[in-house]
Amino acid sequence: MTAFFRQALVITFKDLRAEIRTKEAVNASFAFALVILVIFSFAFDPSEDTTRDMSGGLLWIVFAFAGTLLLNRSFARELPNDTLDALIAAPISGAALFFGKAVANYFLLLAVELVSLPVFGIFYNVHWTSQFWELMLVLALGTWGLTLIGTFCSALTVNIRLREVMLPMLTYPALVPVLMASMVLTMSLVAGKPIGEETIPWLKILVGFDIVFTAASLTLVEIVLVG
Amino acid sequence: MSAVDVDGVWKFYGDYPALRDVKLQAEKGACLALIGRNGAGKTTLLRVVAGFSRAGRGQVRIFGKEPRETDTRRQMGFIGHGISVYDELSALENLMLYGRLYGLPDPKKAAMDWLERTGLAHVRNGLVREFSRGMRQRLAVARAFLHEPSVLLLDEPFTALDDKAIAVLQRLLREALVAGKTIVMSTHQLREALELATHVALLNRGQVAFHGQRTPEMVSDPGYIYARYGEAN
Repeated sequence: MTAFFRQALVITFKDLRAEIRTKEAVNASFAFALVILVIFSFAFDPSEDTTRDMSGGLLWIVFAFAGTLLLNRSFARELPNDTLDALIAAPISGAALFFGKAVANYFLLLAVELVSLPVFGIFYNVHWTSQFWELMLVLALGTWGLTLIGTFCSALTVNIRLREVMLPMLTYPALVPVLMASMVLTMSLVAGKPIGEETIPWLKILVGFDIVFTAASLTLVEIVLVG
Repeated sequence: MSAVDVDGVWKFYGDYPALRDVKLQAEKGACLALIGRNGAGKTTLLRVVAGFSRAGRGQVRIFGKEPRETDTRRQMGFIGHGISVYDELSALENLMLYGRLYGLPDPKKAAMDWLERTGLAHVRNGLVREFSRGMRQRLAVARAFLHEPSVLLLDEPFTALDDKAIAVLQRLLREALVAGKTIVMSTHQLREALELATHVALLNRGQVAFHGQRTPEMVSDPGYIYARYGEAN
């Protein structure tokens, strides 16, 4: 178990270091999130209550789109110099490789989301800090679900010629439960309502989704990478 | 027990059999040169031996074990078509990364040692994206040798190497053979490969057309093996 986490950590630091030096995926993802948030704010009147009611949903659509841009690079960045072969040849499990990459993607996506949140608050006239810590919990759980599915699909499509097309086609349907739960919870929290009797089942769905898909991804990724 | 034992391996891409009932062995300390035309199945065979893809039928054993077993992977070094190092990391960071993944006791010391041996110590902190092609290739060689593997699998190792990288690789391969390591390499550079090889296997359309010891005729006339066992036969 220690070896698993040690190897995963090596992969995480490698991916974070490479991304911090190039900023390719993070810049693209953040720019995309910003543009979509601004465009949506023109489409919906921020002074209307209905806009504020659905703003949580819009926020997660933005995160899902921006996240796909970032996650698509996860395994694709291993292709130009055939580094994926070297990682597969190394004595680490596919699960450790996947987990390391997922954790790196998680931090990168969280960074994009945290920078996007104030922009969201301004353009949609939403007091997103009113239930700050509960919102952070939803963000953490929802982002882990998004990252897991995105990283897994990135591994699945890494050798496909049309992976940029295939990745969203595979990712979004699988993300429906995590997006629905995150949207409902976020809409409630930005409206100033804490997680209560009405929304707790959605939190349970989010936690359950994360647990089930973490276990499933770690089990299946070796087959995905080696066949 | 053979160092590398390929027993009745078939590999299919869809319905197309890229490898057909391939049987090969390489003993400890041997250097097996895999030769054949483009599309003969050399790269596919090396990828199956390295454990990157699974055989449809048959089995591969490295010192009697499955290629995907962790201990087996620790014993193998692979050089493929790509350099398998990261452009965004420095030479030292790249080698330390692999040193850590292979669980070396002192990754930094091993990395520094191999940077020295491949003539890259003076640029250890330079990012790989700033390296010349030859320097990148020498770093790729250092990466493959870093963990002192017992079995080296090399796919077209001399292709596109500059003179210095060829000299470095040939020296390291000779040292590896003297140290009793096993080498399996696919190549089109027959002269360089046959000078090192102790055994030769000719692949033709996914099948082994010839497998045996390298003879003096093969070295003096690299075309000999194709003329004798090639497509015409």
